[in-house]
Amino acid sequence: MSIKVSMTVNGKAVSAEVEERTLLVTYIREELRLTGTHVGCDTAQCGACTVHMNGKAVKSCSMVAMQAQGADIVTIEGIAAADGTLHPMQAAFKENHGLQCGFCTPGMVMNAIDLAKGRPDLSETEIREGLEGNLCRCTGYHNIVKSIAAGAKAMAAK
Amino acid sequence: MNAPLIGARIERKEDYRFLTGAGQYTDDVTLPGQTHAAFVRSPHAHAAIRSINKDKALKAPGVIAVFTGEDLKVGGLPCGWLITDVNGQPMKEPVHPSLAQGKVRHVGDQVAVVIAETQDQAQDAAELLEVDYDVLPAVTDAVKARAKGAPQLHEVAPDNTCYVWAIGDKAAVDAAFSKAAHVTKLDLVNNRLIPNAIEPRAVNGMYSRADDSYTLYVASQNPHVERLLMTAFVLGLPEHKVRVVAPDVGGGFGSKIYLYAEDVVVTWASKQINRPVKWTAERSESFMSDAHGRDHVTTAELAMDKDGKFLGLRVKTTANVGAYLSTFASCVPTILYATLLAGQYTTPVIHCEVTAVFTNTVPVDAYRGAGRPEATYVVERIVEQAAREMKLDPAEIRRRNFIKTFPYQTPVALMYDTGDYEATLSAAIEMAGVSGFAGRKKESEARGKLRGLGYAAYIEACGIAPSNIAGALGARAGLFEAGEVRMHPTGSCTVFTGSHSHGQGHETTFAQVVADRLGLPIENVDIVHGDTSKILFGMGTYGSRSIAVGGTAIYKALDKIIAKGKKIAAHLMEAAETDIEYDRGVFKVAGTDKQKTIGEVSFAAYVPHNYPLDKLEPGLNENAFYDPTNFTFPAGTYICEVEIDPETGVTKIERFTAVDDFGKIINPMIVEGQVHGGLTQGIGQALLEGCKYDQESGQLITGSYMDYCMPRATDVPMYQLETRETPCTHNPLGVKGCGEAGAIGAPAALMNAITDALQPYGINDLPMPASPQTVWKTIQNAKQKKAA
Repeated sequence: MSIKVSMTVNGKAVSAEVEERTLLVTYIREELRLTGTHVGCDTAQCGACTVHMNGKAVKSCSMVAMQAQGADIVTIEGIAAADGTLHPMQAAFKENHGLQCGFCTPGMVMNAIDLAKGRPDLSETEIREGLEGNLCRCTGYHNIVKSIAAGAKAMAAK
Repeated sequence: MNAPLIGARIERKEDYRFLTGAGQYTDDVTLPGQTHAAFVRSPHAHAAIRSINKDKALKAPGVIAVFTGEDLKVGGLPCGWLITDVNGQPMKEPVHPSLAQGKVRHVGDQVAVVIAETQDQAQDAAELLEVDYDVLPAVTDAVKARAKGAPQLHEVAPDNTCYVWAIGDKAAVDAAFSKAAHVTKLDLVNNRLIPNAIEPRAVNGMYSRADDSYTLYVASQNPHVERLLMTAFVLGLPEHKVRVVAPDVGGGFGSKIYLYAEDVVVTWASKQINRPVKWTAERSESFMSDAHGRDHVTTAELAMDKDGKFLGLRVKTTANVGAYLSTFASCVPTILYATLLAGQYTTPVIHCEVTAVFTNTVPVDAYRGAGRPEATYVVERIVEQAAREMKLDPAEIRRRNFIKTFPYQTPVALMYDTGDYEATLSAAIEMAGVSGFAGRKKESEARGKLRGLGYAAYIEACGIAPSNIAGALGARAGLFEAGEVRMHPTGSCTVFTGSHSHGQGHETTFAQVVADRLGLPIENVDIVHGDTSKILFGMGTYGSRSIAVGGTAIYKALDKIIAKGKKIAAHLMEAAETDIEYDRGVFKVAGTDKQKTIGEVSFAAYVPHNYPLDKLEPGLNENAFYDPTNFTFPAGTYICEVEIDPETGVTKIERFTAVDDFGKIINPMIVEGQVHGGLTQGIGQALLEGCKYDQESGQLITGSYMDYCMPRATDVPMYQLETRETPCTHNPLGVKGCGEAGAIGAPAALMNAITDALQPYGINDLPMPASPQTVWKTIQNAKQKKAA
């Protein structure tokens, strides 16, 4: 059975008829063609699908689209400024080589922004624990930890 | 002219698209008329297929087609390396079908494909396919698979044996052991791993009736190899009618080298239904269909004189190759393994025998390090154990046996060109604060904890490979690389490489090499990879070969650009070609102030109004194929310090120090990132990861992230890294490669540290992964043994 869903995605009002079982991530990727949000597993473990819903990081693979009815969704495509300037967290990942293949990166950045909000002095332990729900197979997390620490400071300074 | 770019920490050119969600991975590609595939896989480890009934699946909503092995009778998936056994016979190569032909041999073996309008419809219909199986006994352990009465996988491979292969002088090794003052013996298991690139494998195939051609988007580390294998060996298609695009690829670690069944099926099916067909693995499919890694059972013996000088090494390994031979499966436990058993040492004689065995498990192939982590694990574990038995400091026993003069011919076929093992060892000792270890150990003991320190002085053979040597050893392909440098009329430059970047940052590193040599701003140099329609040829990226082989091919193409540029510049400046000097983008007439930039020369080449057209073609575009003359030999020392809580078995990595010699380094930031990632995979192998099968049923127990323990941010420390540099002697960049080192050296360093910490219990070995449960149990067993 299909159902109508409406929400705001990256500041734009969108609505569509979707099947009840359609996952939020499927709606974002297939219907809206915002393919920056990735799917890396089927058990809500890897975090590659992380988006913001009403300002909080959520895993878009573990909710159906209709759970986001009326919500304000932001994906990785909606993070940089309109003129293309990177968000301080994105810039910190670039400056600290916090990404390699780029596949886990959107989820990492979305989670990191939520984690760092109002916490400019995140400790290494807090960052590592905050990354519990995000897997990266390339970086060994070393530079991701550095990126988030720098990004948290840069976000506060902005 | 630019500041030098070689050795500079340049931020990556590729990052902007990845950070803004603009990367394009295979699953992001949706083609007009797109359909979706779901594979029906065997739920059994070993079974005969009695019958398949498609009726219900075909009637399901949105279903376009269902194909089984009856429909797809094509050549088997090929193995790219022929190993010849001890009796001079070729290895056993059972057919590796793309869709099962009457039998399934591992959980996840592909039986059928269902193609539908949507992914959900394809998956729903796949569950409606009725397959009647006659379940057979299964065997997943390689040693058990060779035992009498074990279930047999393939008629052509009696005793499930693929080959028994050996290297080295057995008689000389036996003689060395008879003279030995001491022999150290160790039984080791190198645990099976599942690669787990975070991007699951994906493929999207399209057939065009207009010109009878195919386009295949695929998450691959080597699109040209994929095309060659698929067209020539499986589907029999004309190579020039197939375009393979490997766009952004989300990590490989070896698992995306191979030609997989799904790639073949999707390509073939796109013509049958005349619509594009896309398949993206679910993670659970990755676990049961991506080639696994490692899985060795080894007995090693090291003969020494009274001073701990190595006299000979004897190694016997049983390697599990899984149910079928994957693309490079046969060379991993042989050519890429046994040839590294000299390590950094002058061991004069070595003999290694390897038995490769078929089992009811996912095929095993190269995974980050591929054979070299297994070799390093054997050598560095037994050397550390020898030090304990000889009551020698682990650094001292290594120093007594280090190779010090180069080039050095090992007894296992390799010729090391250069290295300085003392330099990396002493730097690591300094950086790891080894002198303060005793104090830290005491402090741990005061808190009831155990502290251990472990070394691994690894070596690897990278820059794979001289084609003639590889060919003589059984490779069925060349292992050169191709590069093309295209100057544009306005002075910018596009470079095409047969290497493939799936996280390594080639778009930056290779651009640094080119921009530095051509004196161009790095933003004026673009690196193009991963598309057979754009790149002349390529053998792809694996074995830490990209900069050493792919980078050198580009360098050779630059030589040609500069040589032609000199002719053009000589004409423009009315000078003799022999008087033209070139330095980073500037052609000068020697002894004068006359000069032309590469941009001016390039413009003249494309607007040849004032140009020697009678002697020279217009344009400035050159390509080169580079076949290396030797392997490269990155080496280094890793030191790991752990603290273990004997009450819980929890191991905490207190410090991890890595000092590597990668030769010349183009971008230290990127190299560090490669080491961080490699170390984490190595630590994963030693502490967390281990693929487990149920011995009775052959079911894959570790089939999801809920069961297979991936390293997370809380599992690993901040690493301490340094490098030392002995430039490679046989490529112009002096580079050796850095992609696998971490995964090669880390497991031995970590397990040496753990066994060092457990010395009070007399524990010299425990299986990887050394999970808290394993460590705790090992301690309890040792305590009971002591009490008894």
